[in-house]
Amino acid sequence: MSTRTLTGAQILWESLVREGVEVVFGYPGGAILPAYDAMLDYPIRHILVRHEQGATHMADGYARATGKVGVAIATSGPGATNMVTGIATAQMDSSPIVCITGQVGSGLIGSDAFQETDITGITLPITKHNYLVTHASEVAAAVREAFAVARHGRPGPVLIDITKDAQLGTCDFDWEAATPDIEAIDRSGQGFGADAIELINKAQRPLILAGHGIILGGGTAAVQRLSEQAQIPVAMTLLGIGSVPASHPLNLGMMGMHGEAWVNTAIQEADLLIALGMRFDDRVTGNTRTYAPHAKKIHVDIDPAEFNKNIRVDAAISGDVGEVVTGWLPHLASVDRSPWLDHINRMRGDVAVRDIKNMPDQGHLYAAHVIHDIWRITGGNAIVVTDVGQHQMWEAQYYHHEAPRSLITSGGLGTMGFALPAAIGAKVGRPDAEVWVVVGDGGFQMTLCELATMVQEELDVKVCIINNGYLGMVRQWQEFFYQRRYAATPITAPDFEKLAAAYGVWGATVEARSEVESTVEAARRNTRGAVIDFRVEQEDSVFPMVPAGNDLHNMIRRPSPIVETAAD
Amino acid sequence: MQTFAVYVDNVPGVLNRVSSLFRRRAFNIESLTVGHTEVDGLSRMTIVVDTDERGGRLVEANLYKVLPVRRVVNITQMPTIARDLAMIKVQANAESRPQVMQLVEVYRARIVDVSPETLVIETTGTEDKVDSLLEILKPYGVLEMVRTGRIEMARGSIEGPALVPGRAMHGARGPHDSGAMSV
Ligand SMILES: Cc1ncc(C[n+]2csc(CCOP(=O)(O)OP(=O)(O)O)c2C)c(N)n1
Repeated sequence: MSTRTLTGAQILWESLVREGVEVVFGYPGGAILPAYDAMLDYPIRHILVRHEQGATHMADGYARATGKVGVAIATSGPGATNMVTGIATAQMDSSPIVCITGQVGSGLIGSDAFQETDITGITLPITKHNYLVTHASEVAAAVREAFAVARHGRPGPVLIDITKDAQLGTCDFDWEAATPDIEAIDRSGQGFGADAIELINKAQRPLILAGHGIILGGGTAAVQRLSEQAQIPVAMTLLGIGSVPASHPLNLGMMGMHGEAWVNTAIQEADLLIALGMRFDDRVTGNTRTYAPHAKKIHVDIDPAEFNKNIRVDAAISGDVGEVVTGWLPHLASVDRSPWLDHINRMRGDVAVRDIKNMPDQGHLYAAHVIHDIWRITGGNAIVVTDVGQHQMWEAQYYHHEAPRSLITSGGLGTMGFALPAAIGAKVGRPDAEVWVVVGDGGFQMTLCELATMVQEELDVKVCIINNGYLGMVRQWQEFFYQRRYAATPITAPDFEKLAAAYGVWGATVEARSEVESTVEAARRNTRGAVIDFRVEQEDSVFPMVPAGNDLHNMIRRPSPIVETAAD
Repeated sequence: MQTFAVYVDNVPGVLNRVSSLFRRRAFNIESLTVGHTEVDGLSRMTIVVDTDERGGRLVEANLYKVLPVRRVVNITQMPTIARDLAMIKVQANAESRPQVMQLVEVYRARIVDVSPETLVIETTGTEDKVDSLLEILKPYGVLEMVRTGRIEMARGSIEGPALVPGRAMHGARGPHDSGAMSV
């Protein structure tokens, strides 16, 4: 194999192209200038963001929408530190991204040089791994290994910090010699679990808990077959939404703090939980001491460090969820579980009457109406990217996702400001998909500068602002647990319709339920993006709610019959 | 207590990665030592963690998430040889010196430095033995002490097949973590 003498900067792009990278999200600066200069000679699309946090969320959204590794690039110092929130977000949700940062010259490291920051030190606990590259000769191996680490096993973010002299220096580029040692990188096991099958075949009231790992590993078909073959209903975590189609009769919906009441009740009554690619987060378990008290627990995850971390389990199987479950299929006994399924369906019918979207139009606009209508009009086929707060939970409750990778949301870190940039990344990765943002008036103001990125890149993203004039989710906690003392939660906002116009984006304001459908349709006809400001009920709350740390079956329910809360 | 033998690639930053993991996961380190092994490029840590068996499994699984970690062996339940090395500088004038020297004899420790007012005593043994010598010497005036922390090895050959250091990059450049270190 012939080698060529190239600069470290050229080797960076040679390597990225060979890793299949087509697009990077970034922002230039002094320490990364050599890399930016070399970029012009390579067939890679660069998307100029307005803030480096946006670049990381875009790479993350791109990764979640496509399953490919997303790439973000920034300069040293403030460019690198601006990435921290996005890296932590990707880490908590196991999203494969590679972040590339420039670093001051290696001779200056440790001298507090201009824009020097120890970014490998800062990101050590929030990356799967990171690299400080100080020689051109190390660039190719670092990039190859970084991509392998990001992708293999449980995915996650990797950062490569490249000093300026490593970018400028030259060496022979030898791609083959830089092949990563996959065996040393991929630490996922291959489990089967005979005891698990025995537990499943004996269970009368089993439940599958479907998590993000199913989607990340491409195990959706296998899990659906398990559910159908053994007649086991499925409850989903927030990030597991899409792993089984919402319309599937065995899919019960979301579990946890704002999960469906019948799902949480079913968990508490089950005699077996089959946890697949989920990690018993405190937002899904509530009080761990009273969690699923009658259930044996089987836990399948690619990351053995999740076993017995939050919940003690009876069988733990380490491996790719799809592979493990596929191995079970031939061994499943046929068990009549209709009494259990009938029981759950009765609970389901009971709570449907409290559903606010069934309420007659009394002139007030509820977020549930807006999201329900967007779901109806888009046929459940859009990619919806949410921010964090009440609107996020309403989206999960009222938008029924049929496909994996169609709900993109910051679950683990709960990062406000995630939605718009992540949606831009999703749209770049899946240009043919209809991409909607569902965001609060608070979170939108955190990263709305990326509207300019959307316009510059001619990306068609529809933004639905659930505008309640409050930091709604925090206000809800204040209402329930702090005697309605609204400390720092009323929030003002610009006129979003005018703001959109200033960015050159079509905008509209909606105050009545009757206008929702026509406005959403109008937004869909626009091919240059859209911003709709939905002025919804200000003091509506998300129901049901399991107060943090409470028993999962102790839910605060929407008052029934529904009473209007607004005085306006 | 759970004790682990942890084999790591001797790459820059590896000690930082391991200690950062313990800090982040709130695992309590009782003692951590690191030193070279018989294989070039491989270091071995002996880590004692204040936790139970379940916690031990979590520690082990988390250690494997640190890329330069090649192998983790929980040696808590194995027959092992555990040693701690200490150097103790103790006050000893003409009057007290014979008594101190006698104690050193009893403990099979060694005197490695003598000055008109002090003795430096070197001892190896289990942590208990070192602790007990220290207690005995305290009344004479312990001026300074340094200990390696526990190093531990399983008896026989039960730590698995031979390891080779990874040829991968595995880490951020920085000063090499080598030699012994205690936490
Ligand atoms: C970066 C960040 N800061 C603070 C929080 C805490 N927080 C969680 S939800 C929320 C309110 C969000 O308000 P808004 O964006 O208006 O959405 P809503 O809840 O009203 O739908 C806040 C402040 C957070 N999750 N992320």
